[in-house]
Amino acid sequence: MRVGVLAIQGSVKEHIDKLKRLDGIIPVETKDKETLKNIDALILPGGESTAIGKMLNDFELKDAIIDLYKSGVPIWGTCAGMILMAKHIVNDDKVHLGIMDIKVRRNAYGSQLDSFTAKLSMPEVSKEKVEAVFIRAPYIEDVGENVKVLSIYDGKIVAAREGNLFATSFHPELTDDLSFYKYFLGLH
Amino acid sequence: MNERYELNKNLAQMLKGGVIMDVTTPEQAVIAEKAGAVAVMALERVPADIRAHGGVARMSDPKIIKAIKEAVSIPVMAKVRIGHFVEAQVLEALKIDYIDESEVLTPADESYHINKWQFKVPFVCGARNLGEALRRIGEGASMIRTKGEAGTGNVVEAVRHMRNINAEIKKLTTLSEEELMAAAKELQAPYELVKYVAENGKLPVVNFAAGGIATPADAALMMQLGADGVFVGSGIFKSENPEKRAEAIVKATTYYDKPEIIAEVSEGLGEAMNSIDIRDLSEKDLYASRGW
Repeated sequence: MRVGVLAIQGSVKEHIDKLKRLDGIIPVETKDKETLKNIDALILPGGESTAIGKMLNDFELKDAIIDLYKSGVPIWGTCAGMILMAKHIVNDDKVHLGIMDIKVRRNAYGSQLDSFTAKLSMPEVSKEKVEAVFIRAPYIEDVGENVKVLSIYDGKIVAAREGNLFATSFHPELTDDLSFYKYFLGLH
Repeated sequence: MNERYELNKNLAQMLKGGVIMDVTTPEQAVIAEKAGAVAVMALERVPADIRAHGGVARMSDPKIIKAIKEAVSIPVMAKVRIGHFVEAQVLEALKIDYIDESEVLTPADESYHINKWQFKVPFVCGARNLGEALRRIGEGASMIRTKGEAGTGNVVEAVRHMRNINAEIKKLTTLSEEELMAAAKELQAPYELVKYVAENGKLPVVNFAAGGIATPADAALMMQLGADGVFVGSGIFKSENPEKRAEAIVKATTYYDKPEIIAEVSEGLGEAMNSIDIRDLSEKDLYASRGW
């Protein structure tokens, strides 16, 4: 199975390194239309959503990713990746891919001094509590009717799923645990 | 403290593959963000103007920093003088996202850098070689950048520093364990960090290129030499067409390995910033030799 990681900017290598630890997975860095066509799943990494979003537009990758979504390819956005997928961004007038029916708030917790780690309960992903790293993180304020909320922390939605789309406001690529990858790729 | 340090290293990881731009006004910050910068460095004067202006260069007016923070949604960094821990306390109180303890400003302490472990806010520091990088990390820096020679528009020093660091890292990986203490002595660096580099073949933190980057090709050169991302100081807002150049440098940083894209974005950018041959600078005008 070929799993693409969008390689415009951000925690690309961290995702690639995690994918390398899974049997039968071929990680692929992708930043052009050609490589995007030839993958079975796609990860949108952490980074700066404004910077990545601009490049998606300028290099015409936006439609290629929307096509992947439409053809049922699983897509997972972590932090900035979640913002890229959202149909609504509360504190930004730009929408990037606009494929997931969630309303997100950017930098929702504040500046870097407000970044934190937490133990989350996420029964669909792992029986144990999972460690989550929030870096200038967004959270989800509201979800559409077809979206399943997977985890709530401190009263805020921090993980959700809608069909082939999976979003986390934190960074599983930064912790040791592989359970998010197994969940996303259906390797449970 | 350890958890905070990890979070601070993590923020630097999120900036990888991106461009951090020097800005002096909220308007410039907005231009930078729109061009695709991953962060901005809030300054009163860009390095080229600090050179031209002379005198003591200090931390920016908090008013400018606050206005820039207000204007953009990307992380905002700001510089403090080497060793000036009170300027750092001020920036922490302003909830800045990253502090650059920078040789571009006039050093406040000629013996000691800031003890960065005393802060919750993250620090990036400049380095010319591996020993210097590891000393700064030993003091609590969670991100490293080459010093280069800021405000010159001349990339030669950044190249030298990046090549130095990479060559020294490579050399450490070839040493056997009993050689590492002697290597630490030679590098004048903490043993534990030397051991980490020898085992992992990389720094324990992100390493950006900085100092003299003026064109898209400069940025791509530094990326091909192994930089995790680039800082552009005077290169953008001292050039003829900042919007266009900023965007071109961002694109060349992402597509650093695609010459056809670098060619396309390099077209018709107008004049680059005024530049300086490093050999024409006197010893006192070399910023890279500030700090140890």
